[in-house]
Amino acid sequence: MAASETVVNDWDARANDADDMDEMVLNMGPQHPATHGVLRVELRTDGEIVKAARPHIGYLHRCFEKHCENVDYPGVMPYADRMDYCAAMGNTLGFALTVEKLCGIQVSPYVDTVRVVMAELQRIASHAVAVGTYTMDIGAFTPFLHLLRDREKILDLFEWTCGARLLYNYNWVGGVSHDLPDGFIRATRDLLREFDAVTYPELLDLIIHNRIFVKRLAHVGVCSPELAISHDLTGPNLRGSGVARDLRKDTPYCGYETYDFEVCVGQGQYGPKGSCFDRNWVRVVEMRESSRILHQALDRLEKMEKADVHEKVPKRVKPPKGEVYFRTEAPRGQLGYYLVSDGNINPYRVKVKSPCFTAMSAFHHLAKGMMIADIIALIGSLDIVLGEIDR
Amino acid sequence: MDPRAIHETLVAKFGDTITGAFLEGPSPFAVVAKDAIAEVAAFCKASPDLAFDNLMCLSGVDYPKETPPRMEVVYHLYSYTHLHTFALKVHVPREGPAVPTVEGTWGVANWHERECWDLFGIVFTGHSDMRRILLPDDWEGHPLRRDWQDPEYYNGLHVKPTVQMAERALAGEVIGVGPFDFTPANRHVDE
Amino acid sequence: MSQTTGLIHNKFGDGLVFTSADQLINWSRKNSIWFMTFGLACCAIEMMATGGSRYDLDRFGIMPRGTPRQSDLMIVAGTVTLKMATRIKRLYEQMPEPKYVLSMGSCANNGGPYWRYGYHVLKGVDEVIPVDVYVPGCPPRPEALLYGLLKLQEKIQEDRVLRRRGATVGSLAGARLDGAADTPPAK
Repeated sequence: MAASETVVNDWDARANDADDMDEMVLNMGPQHPATHGVLRVELRTDGEIVKAARPHIGYLHRCFEKHCENVDYPGVMPYADRMDYCAAMGNTLGFALTVEKLCGIQVSPYVDTVRVVMAELQRIASHAVAVGTYTMDIGAFTPFLHLLRDREKILDLFEWTCGARLLYNYNWVGGVSHDLPDGFIRATRDLLREFDAVTYPELLDLIIHNRIFVKRLAHVGVCSPELAISHDLTGPNLRGSGVARDLRKDTPYCGYETYDFEVCVGQGQYGPKGSCFDRNWVRVVEMRESSRILHQALDRLEKMEKADVHEKVPKRVKPPKGEVYFRTEAPRGQLGYYLVSDGNINPYRVKVKSPCFTAMSAFHHLAKGMMIADIIALIGSLDIVLGEIDR
Repeated sequence: MDPRAIHETLVAKFGDTITGAFLEGPSPFAVVAKDAIAEVAAFCKASPDLAFDNLMCLSGVDYPKETPPRMEVVYHLYSYTHLHTFALKVHVPREGPAVPTVEGTWGVANWHERECWDLFGIVFTGHSDMRRILLPDDWEGHPLRRDWQDPEYYNGLHVKPTVQMAERALAGEVIGVGPFDFTPANRHVDE
Repeated sequence: MSQTTGLIHNKFGDGLVFTSADQLINWSRKNSIWFMTFGLACCAIEMMATGGSRYDLDRFGIMPRGTPRQSDLMIVAGTVTLKMATRIKRLYEQMPEPKYVLSMGSCANNGGPYWRYGYHVLKGVDEVIPVDVYVPGCPPRPEALLYGLLKLQEKIQEDRVLRRRGATVGSLAGARLDGAADTPPAK
């Protein structure tokens, strides 16, 4: 049995290195147009090459875990929404499922299907923002406008259902807040029809197979599978490195095992596997897979009869004493909730394992030896949302 | 492997350092003696039966009301080869808590342990970079402890909400200016 | 931050020529507000959506700039934490005069949903910088942000550029950070 290796802090080690008197310390952020939020990255650069990078987070630490201890379980939902604000449905779904697991609540298949529809629509919207802002960082402004236009249509659907565009408080413990309105299924099908026929092929043609985009990204930020697993990169970041793991297949929830979809993995078709291009590619292909799941879910909804979405919502959420760790496949990776309950109406402790937090922990490994412009490409390819990193 | 078998493997290897376990419930865990966690972690990763190559989450929890009062560090592990999960717990005292680091086994523990130090004050001995991660470097105290009191000020900025704010928020207030109030330029004559 | 005013800034009395000149100057200023993208949290996504093609900001002449040194307006969109507060002050000081601040969302207005237990949340960005327009909402809809920007345009229109400050209506004009140079606003 090998003892664990000691880790050396390379930032401070470099500081004492006498050869590098020409090094410059460059500060990126916390206000920066391309850091996807308030992230500060300190770079030690030798000219344009980055020798060491040190991310600083915490500029958006909003004390989510402290709030959880002081409000009751339904009251945690709005705060959970605001963590990963680009994909709010995923956060509340994760928390609702965690509490339901502890309480032993099993919701009806109708509610499960509604949750899947909302989660997959949110996945498309979130990946649209991710890919759109990523291309804007790289320098192409147009895909951002196209994808945001299509995302607005998805947000229209959300607003029609529950009244909110961005932060919904939709998934409740035991159900959802609003049932789908009449005509929702047809409107979603119209949206998906346009997405499948226009948006997705346009995205592929305009950007993904664009020679400039490929050349810019195909050899940048290569992450090996071992590094990815060790630093707990999950979701598209992990699948971009070739590891075909998806929680919707491995530990399915909400009936995902009954849907037919593929796990999208980075192919390495233009460069080494695990590059920025591969991670972005996985997100784009996942949008198409989400559309597939949505078609199946909508077919089911048409055949199912409507059930009461508040049927299993308890009057007072009071889980028994105990603890649970539950994870879901959020658009950014595995979102885990560790919930400790002591039998009261407030949770005792809620710890959120944020996929972006763990992805940033690998940042300084990936950033070594890159050029400064590629740092921007790397940050965007990890698809971080600072609200989730800092909670 | 099911949780019972995992627990038995650990006990077979480490004997008394596995001081307890709770294997019923949705997230089974074993309690490990504080000073042995680094070896247990390395074994969990290296052993071909367990192969816990992924640390899903590392959390600190504060239990001041237990007897004896303690804090816990909880490690949730996952294996990408066998697709099984397990949890390890370590009990630390509330005064002067210190646990050996596991960042040599799982790289992600570097950041998780920094966060645990930041919010709970648990020191991870042998860590390469033990400093705050979420809160400012000159912050005093560890907020997620149960006995945390908000200070009045931090560098001249209000931390605790003022009494005024609390009264307004909790008692309700009618605010006169809103989106439907008129600007002076087109205010109605009879107002 | 200096108190230097130009040779003709706030120097002239009210009258036909200078009132019209002020109106012209303010009209051109209000129709090209370049804002610094200071998106912090969820409100930043709504700010981006407002700049997108549906709720176009560009038709008002409002354009995002990445740097404070080329912007007139700072839209503080999102929760301000204590760690970020010093940086906000520094960024505000880097903006050239005349500058405005729009506080977007309830977190920037007064701490928002995090007011009570947020030990690291600044209870309103007006603790560190002066704010001209507050837009409530969590997050405010793009239409709400647009309304706030239109209100800011109204405020800019009433500004006194060439004319002396002093005899004004209400507290809309004349209340600036460097208030020492002006007479106190009529309450």
